[in-house]
Amino acid sequence: MLMNIIKQLRSLSKTIMKNILDKNKKKQSMRNVYGETLALFGEKRQDIVVMDADLSCSTKTNIFAKKFKERFFNVGIAEQNLITQACGLSLAGKKVYVSSFAMFATGRAWEQIRNTLCYNNLDVKIVATHCGLTVGEDGASHQALEDIAIMKAIPNIMIYSPSDAYETKKILEFSLTYDFPMYIRLSRCDVYDVFTYENINFDPYKAQIIKKGNDATIISTGEFTYNALETASILKEEYNIDLEVMHIGMLKPIDKESIINCAKKQKTIFTLENHSIIGGLGSSVCNVVCASDYPCRVIKFGVNDTFGQSGTPDELLEFYNLTPGQIANEIKKYLV
Amino acid sequence: MLKNEVCLSVEEKQKLKMMARCIRLDILKMVYSAKSGHIGGAFSSVELLLTLFFKSLNHKKCDDESYKKRDRFILSKGHASALYYAVLAQFGYISKDELLTFRQLGSKLQGHPSKKFLNCVEVSTGSLGQGLSIANGIALGLKLDKNETSKVFVLLGDGELQEGNIWEAIMSAGHNKLNNVIAIVDKNDLQIDGKTDDVMSLSDLASKFKSFDWNVYEIDGHNFDSIYNAYEEAKLSKEKPCCIIANTKKGYGVSFMNNNKDWHGKAPDVNEYNKAIEELK
Ligand SMILES: Cc1ncc(C[n+]2csc(CCOP(=O)(O)OP(=O)(O)O)c2C)c(N)n1
Ligand SMILES: [Mg+2]
Repeated sequence: MLMNIIKQLRSLSKTIMKNILDKNKKKQSMRNVYGETLALFGEKRQDIVVMDADLSCSTKTNIFAKKFKERFFNVGIAEQNLITQACGLSLAGKKVYVSSFAMFATGRAWEQIRNTLCYNNLDVKIVATHCGLTVGEDGASHQALEDIAIMKAIPNIMIYSPSDAYETKKILEFSLTYDFPMYIRLSRCDVYDVFTYENINFDPYKAQIIKKGNDATIISTGEFTYNALETASILKEEYNIDLEVMHIGMLKPIDKESIINCAKKQKTIFTLENHSIIGGLGSSVCNVVCASDYPCRVIKFGVNDTFGQSGTPDELLEFYNLTPGQIANEIKKYLV
Repeated sequence: MLKNEVCLSVEEKQKLKMMARCIRLDILKMVYSAKSGHIGGAFSSVELLLTLFFKSLNHKKCDDESYKKRDRFILSKGHASALYYAVLAQFGYISKDELLTFRQLGSKLQGHPSKKFLNCVEVSTGSLGQGLSIANGIALGLKLDKNETSKVFVLLGDGELQEGNIWEAIMSAGHNKLNNVIAIVDKNDLQIDGKTDDVMSLSDLASKFKSFDWNVYEIDGHNFDSIYNAYEEAKLSKEKPCCIIANTKKGYGVSFMNNNKDWHGKAPDVNEYNKAIEELK
């Protein structure tokens, strides 16, 4: 009986995997979804104001700007002004969405974010695009690999890293109902859907187990959750290893309970993120596991304390040992 | 306005013209083959950077002594990297063949100039707004070392001037009387989202610099004589930093790119590429 259920579950998870990993499926742009969603919000709510720092064509806030000219402010190439002026607008009763590249939005304006935005706990949403290595050819100066770490260190800010276009839309809808600082981290490249099923009810605070597995768990965030699924499928096909894949969009506050549940049942947890292994998802998972009653090994995959460089996103993943094949190989070593 | 007129010879001007054309062709080829990069802001600064390397910047580094006495150049608008590399190739710092590795994995020619990958780069850039302040620091260091010879040139975008860090640096250079700092502003009146005047106007830029105790020269940034004159005049400054506001056209040199914001950061397709090559030949 039990075996049957497990079998059924297995085959179900297999078809889901197949569905998810179907390469003929179209990729979608998180950035477009962001711009279009903002424009919808603008219709619904008069108090919404959007700001950008000379990157509206890339961040797609230009979609909002075209419709609501009077509620869009481009501060020019001035990210510090972007943040503090948004804070002012929020103090004047507006709900403000600001955008730039992840590097400049969080990096250039860090202290403004800490002392004005977060200390005053204001309703400003920083929605930054071009995170991580997948920025590609622009190289190290534009590849934000530390943004989660530096945002995470600040009290009061919620941090979310969606895996696909669907989830991007969902977290934006949630942001309408949440009146405090948020950092939402989007990618430059179009991404495959991870969440395609109506039956997945979105709870922004909860980790999602996207694929079940008994041998170990990989916890991932952002666009790399798709890569985690690919990794799992390689491990299954080539080594018959059953890797559970858990996606955590909400990096702060993080879903401790789900992480502890993993630690309870697994000997090893792997983490995967398009970010430095210092201060990102992996570090948060370690913190939770260390403080729990369930000692377990945590192995972090991400950029290993180094700067990026120019290259295509695919080449960069390979150079930094982050392709699903390379990760599967590493994981296998820990499980035999 | 200029006290000491200097002149380029007819041959020099011919040579410069020819080199400028080569450089634009190289930039085009690099961005085309990399399938990404920034043509507009590279083309607007071709004459500015070429004249600097050809005439005014002492970039010879024969031995330790001359290395110390060299002038420094900082590409604060780091996205014009293709231009920088094409110029460096003209002056033998990198090989012509290397140009086509632009933006590829492991290349010395990173998307934005990187000291880590290419050691003739004085400092890595790419994040806008920091170059002038870096230049000030180098200039102060040179003064501490009693080096009265070396100048620090820095090339800035006009949109870049919107950064707060720039205005902190403008104030600081004036305050410290950094006569060894020469800021060149590529005033092409465009940035990514449109006209600088529409996005965030710089208004009367010359008066702004002047009110921070700078010398200001306004020139045609595509005219070799004006550029050369401004550089040489600026080098003679006794107690003020100098700003050269160079009026340029973004995408200058190719008709359909000229003064067109759409050519800030995209690669041409094969038709556009062939058309541009045809125009530049
Ligand atoms: C701090 C920072 N913010 C944003 C960017 C993205 N960016 C690259 S180029 C550019 C526009 C530059 O305009 P301008 O300075 O006028 O240069 P040009 O017109 O000469 O290309 C922007 C916003 C950046 N590189 N650095
Ligand atoms: Mg400009």
